[in-house]
Amino acid sequence: MVAVTAGERGVRYDIRGLAEPDAVAPKIAKIDGDTAGFDAADLSPRQINLELRRLVYGEGIREVTIDNPGAKHSIAVGILTCCRIRINGSLGYFGCGLVDGPEIHITGRVGWSVAENMMSGVVVIDKNAGSLTGAAIRGGDLVIRGHVGARTGIDQKGGTIIVGGNAGATTGFMMQRGRQIICGDAGGGLGDSMYDGSIYVAGKVASLGVDCVEAEMTPADDELIDRKFRIYGMDRPDTFRKFTCGRKLWNYDNLEPSERKLVL
Amino acid sequence: MCGIAGIIHLDGPGDIGREITQMLQSMKHRGPDSAGYALYGEPSEMLVMRFKLADPNDSQDFDFSERLERSRREVESRLSKIGANVDRVQSESAYAYRATFRYEGELKPLADYVENIPGCEVLSLGHSLEIVKDLGDARTVSDTYKLDDFRGTHGIGHVRMATESDVDIAGAHPYWAYPFSDVAVVHNGQLTNYHQWRRRLERSGHRFQSECDSEIIAVYLAERLAAGMSLDSAMKESLDDLDGVFTYLVVTEDSLGMAKDEMAAKPLVLHEGENMVALASEESAIRAILPQEIDSYDPYEREVMVWSR
Repeated sequence: MVAVTAGERGVRYDIRGLAEPDAVAPKIAKIDGDTAGFDAADLSPRQINLELRRLVYGEGIREVTIDNPGAKHSIAVGILTCCRIRINGSLGYFGCGLVDGPEIHITGRVGWSVAENMMSGVVVIDKNAGSLTGAAIRGGDLVIRGHVGARTGIDQKGGTIIVGGNAGATTGFMMQRGRQIICGDAGGGLGDSMYDGSIYVAGKVASLGVDCVEAEMTPADDELIDRKFRIYGMDRPDTFRKFTCGRKLWNYDNLEPSERKLVL
Repeated sequence: MCGIAGIIHLDGPGDIGREITQMLQSMKHRGPDSAGYALYGEPSEMLVMRFKLADPNDSQDFDFSERLERSRREVESRLSKIGANVDRVQSESAYAYRATFRYEGELKPLADYVENIPGCEVLSLGHSLEIVKDLGDARTVSDTYKLDDFRGTHGIGHVRMATESDVDIAGAHPYWAYPFSDVAVVHNGQLTNYHQWRRRLERSGHRFQSECDSEIIAVYLAERLAAGMSLDSAMKESLDDLDGVFTYLVVTEDSLGMAKDEMAAKPLVLHEGENMVALASEESAIRAILPQEIDSYDPYEREVMVWSR
């Protein structure tokens, strides 16, 4: 037996905190061949995700359009198949997280933590994004045509983040691999404590973080940026500078004092 | 976590009571403990004082209602004694009241004198500011205090998830910048140098009603505004003086302002329309009053913005 409590707006939670444990896909999408679309205005986030899953997993739909997402949280999370998803509007927090494979186009703005932990695929956002954009992504392309908030690509482990506008403080914090291409200005503490990877910034950098240094642009860097900009039809600024890890904090060979005691 | 919301109409009064309720209610998941409003109605020549004489957590023993009635009469008589010309004192809930009166003198002695009554706390005092706060969600508070009909130019609201102090009205936001009239603050975050600032401000004669760290911001701004500083520069100075993580909103008689700490650790989404500016911890709150697609963005770290109506 699952304990269920009713919350705000009749949303029910089970004993683990899972929202709407008894929700089912509303089956309202209009299906046309291998494309489909539905209006999300009156659906809860869980209903939207169930409908989306029904379409891409159950019905084998290759292209889904979602209208009126209304800045709801946690939409299109955990989609693990190749498909196209077009979201006409804005998302709240944690949109498109944990995805592996889909190509998602969002015509509005997104809140915090979009595409968190993306494994592969493409997420394109036409307007601005909040903080923690692309946190811990491992692969794929995340393109934001507008501005992003603070801590973009924190803990990034692969993939490419492209920002058309400006980025906030501590962009690329503790980044471990992958690339970030920022066309505008970057806030203070750029690449703070980064382990590896590259950050390209075309505008002004307010300040560099701990152990982040400027490196020389190579022809390979230019080619990468050119290719990515061609794919997404963006204008390429000419003023890119490259920032990488200064490797001053690379102390991997040194044992921790407690470990040293064990070895000796 | 907490959720904050603010709205300013640049082209005359709107239904701010209903709008802020809708914004706060859509962020109920960010804080179900209490909800509060700081609303600016039509400025009047009379002063409006919102005060409470008990807390919902107080034990309601046999002579509770008589005690409240005695305290209420005491408030009226003290207002008259200090030279205020009392218009009326209305009961707003079981323990909260709204008084209107004419008064020309200094506000601090008046507020101090009224607050000296046991159990009394002055929530707000000003020519247009009215602060309403109580336990429960925004819908409950709005229904109790009939805020759906409140018309005005600007206001802020707060839903609270209590992390630093008790769940009671004293710990609920917004905070009035006691004793500076018509200024109020809501805050999302934690201040880590609370005790230093509290000691400093207490030494210069300010009073604190709660153990809540956010009260510091209101008193801090009040001290600087009283010294003649502009709201904008007082807020900019607060970025260096306050430690911790914070996004706060402040309202004065004619302005709404926001400030964000240097890590941009707490969220705020901003929409600047032609005739109104709306800000909230989540975009879904702004969508509650503007269902169409809108342009919005996150202000950056160390950003201070002020809009005037």
